[in-house]
Amino acid sequence: MSQQFRLNINGRQVSVTADKDTPLLYILRDDLQLNGPKYGCGIAQCGSCMVLVNGEARTSCVMPVSAVGNAKITTLEGIGTAEKPHPLQLAFQEEQAAQCGYCLNGMVVTAKALLDQQTSPGPDDIKEGMNRVLCRCGTHSRILKAVQRAAGTSNKG
Amino acid sequence: MKDSYQLPPVNRRSFLKQSGQLLIGFSLFPMVMCSPDNKDGDQTKVEEQPGRAGADDIDSWIRLREDGTVTVITGKQELGQGIRTALMQMAAEELDVRMDRVSIITADTRQTPDERYTAGSRSIESSGRAIRQAAAEARMRLLQLAEEKLGVAADQLVVRDGVVQAKGNSQQSISYWELLSGKKISDKISGNAPLKNPADYQLVGQPVPRQEIIQMATGGEVFVHDMRLPGMVHARVLRQPGYGATLQAIPEQRVSKMPGVLRVVRNGSFAAVIATKEYQAIQALEALKAEATWESGPALPPQEELFQAMQKVREGQAVEESDSIQDTLQTAALLHEATYTRPYHMHASMGPSCALALWEENRLTIWTHSQGVYPLRNSIADMLQLDKEQIDVIGVPGAGCYGHNGADDVAADAALLARSLSGHPVRVQWMREDEHSWEPYGSAMVLQLQAGLDKHGKIVGWDTQIWSDSHSTRPGGEAGHLLAAQYLEDPFEKPSGGYSGGNHRNANPLYDLPDVRIVSHPFTGPLRTSALRALGAYANIFALESFMDEMAVLAKQDPLTFRLKHLRDERGQAVLEAAAKGIGWDKRSKADLGLGIAFAQYKNEAAYFAVAAEVAYDRKAQELQLIRLVGAIDAGQTINPDGLKNQTEGGMIQSASWTLLEQVTYDNSRVTSRNWDTYPILRFRQVPEVEVLVLDRPELPPLGAGEAAQGPTAAAIANAIYRATGKRMRDLPITPDKILNNKS
Repeated sequence: MSQQFRLNINGRQVSVTADKDTPLLYILRDDLQLNGPKYGCGIAQCGSCMVLVNGEARTSCVMPVSAVGNAKITTLEGIGTAEKPHPLQLAFQEEQAAQCGYCLNGMVVTAKALLDQQTSPGPDDIKEGMNRVLCRCGTHSRILKAVQRAAGTSNKG
Repeated sequence: MKDSYQLPPVNRRSFLKQSGQLLIGFSLFPMVMCSPDNKDGDQTKVEEQPGRAGADDIDSWIRLREDGTVTVITGKQELGQGIRTALMQMAAEELDVRMDRVSIITADTRQTPDERYTAGSRSIESSGRAIRQAAAEARMRLLQLAEEKLGVAADQLVVRDGVVQAKGNSQQSISYWELLSGKKISDKISGNAPLKNPADYQLVGQPVPRQEIIQMATGGEVFVHDMRLPGMVHARVLRQPGYGATLQAIPEQRVSKMPGVLRVVRNGSFAAVIATKEYQAIQALEALKAEATWESGPALPPQEELFQAMQKVREGQAVEESDSIQDTLQTAALLHEATYTRPYHMHASMGPSCALALWEENRLTIWTHSQGVYPLRNSIADMLQLDKEQIDVIGVPGAGCYGHNGADDVAADAALLARSLSGHPVRVQWMREDEHSWEPYGSAMVLQLQAGLDKHGKIVGWDTQIWSDSHSTRPGGEAGHLLAAQYLEDPFEKPSGGYSGGNHRNANPLYDLPDVRIVSHPFTGPLRTSALRALGAYANIFALESFMDEMAVLAKQDPLTFRLKHLRDERGQAVLEAAAKGIGWDKRSKADLGLGIAFAQYKNEAAYFAVAAEVAYDRKAQELQLIRLVGAIDAGQTINPDGLKNQTEGGMIQSASWTLLEQVTYDNSRVTSRNWDTYPILRFRQVPEVEVLVLDRPELPPLGAGEAAQGPTAAAIANAIYRATGKRMRDLPITPDKILNNKS
């Protein structure tokens, strides 16, 4: 049965009508027309659907909309835009850290949470922090460089 | 809009506006054509249809628009390999225009040439060559026009960013676009236009960045998965529980009453649901799945007997055979034999396959991440008994491709479902387990190698016996290769894979060996197979380059020296030496490092690639760590060195994942690798440090490079493991328990 939910997405209050079991992923993509979070596996194994929930990287494919409550949800779009990218997003462009790019949502969102918690992570911290997100093109080394570059940027800034 | 997103109606114009932002630098979806009559009055013009013109028309490849921009047109598709940027660089270079004037249209049956499949690492070699020639031809024509207009001989003219000037007199100038004043270049490609001297290149050879990455990093509309068309609905297909299962009954009544469900479609054993919202479609699919009844297909043979079953095939075709091979092997001073195996591997894209289709006014439009829009159009025409002229197939980027995955199949699903709900674009995305269990896999292979050494430690004869299923079952016009078509009420029979050249790709060593025999035995296996990056070359090179190491050990020679002794090809030698130097091969003898090396020229005609691997093996913990890979690549003239490095790094890491972790498993009824737990791939923690050295040869033709790393990387890792453990690992994937149990 459909219910109405008020959610805090990218700093705005939005209201959606959906079945309470609907995973947040589909609310974001289908109802709110956001492209960042992607369907990858639906069972929290790959990280393509990552969003920030109160600053923590979580898989939106297994989070029912009814469990979101007042949590602040930030998607890739909420981190920055192509016109005004966050330094982390810019670091991906600068390191050319993508091939197909489908996993980039999970990578950027997970790295954002990581860098918010650890101001100067070393290479092993970054590997560890990013381990939950899968990439199939083998772009890992560039992604690590991008995150490291962004860590350096935020330190300087 | 106040403080709420409340489901705004999808508006074609707003979609265009949004995607229009992406048109700067690279043309994303030339979307307007989905509504040729422009119902909403949007005046955004679409290209006329030059793709229907011949491939020898300049205008089929290069178009100068009135607004001072250049459009490059290619029949190839962007698959994450960065061809948009590379092809734009080639065009901009020959035309002498800045990169930011150039955009590109990729694979689209309405407007691009028919270039069959984006496969075989051939986009730069074939499409790039055509575009380069067309651009040079366009420049030549434009200079002829300028000669008339300015009254200055063509050889006294220079071009700066599309402005033609008299040498030494910048006052006498006119731009390309002024010369054309809105007209198109209607000439044919004569083949006489001179190509630029590589020494004068400004753009080719430069690491021009891919502009679309910022879109990917910020949630732009990049993928077919992100398309939202007006009136779009969502569908999910009920796939068989296993190969060949036939559908007995589905709870049609109950499911059709579920919230949002618009249609429950059934045609033979093909069943699907269409719903207003995506999650409603998924819930309806779950309900179908829970109650559907099936009759199982034929049982699958035991996986543990696969390789024995393969080797029972006696039928074979000699693809290379010197007359004296038998004698040579029999009289060799030392004869050695070894058998290598590779399991089924999957493409396993991060994003399950997705497509949209719209049936409207007797026409079908399909948006797809297929590698071949024209062949797909023909196959769908065959399946739906339509005239191919009634179908438009538009290529849109998808998640990483790596070969023939579920892209064509999901497009067929969407096409079938669009026919049942006219006027609504139907979006279908496969579920993860559909992608894992239904995509066509890279075939399992058995390679039996035999070689003889003379008393000086030189190889005198080499024999390779290959067993493999087909590496090529693409739907090149036949509906039978499309999954859905095989399960319809009137099913299309799956054509047999038959003999495929991909089976013996790279089996013939590039080394100078006096006597060689290569025999390919076709095997029809239990699982669906087709093209996976590098096809048979992955396993053939794994076997051949592992075996070279074994022969080097028998000859008591350093594996690098042994290879160089057998290799006259200087470009081959150069990449081997560069990779060895990069990893510090000279330290190998001293420190007992786990170093290994391997090499191949992809297809024996494309890019040269050598790679050195460093591994560490902790005997106590039985832990194997791949520490470092250093690759050296010679792809002839490098168009974009950073793009080439990116592709090659990716190939190395992906191959490392195949080699150390991956195999498709199955039981007697179905594939059991259905998600990332049951088919693990490399994660960050396990990723090695990678480095790629580019040996640029600007004066030589560019060579296809996208698949060059797959085979050599596997062998370099196995050779490094041998060095570290003393164990020769011949059965992929190389897992720690196999190392432990290996008694060699």
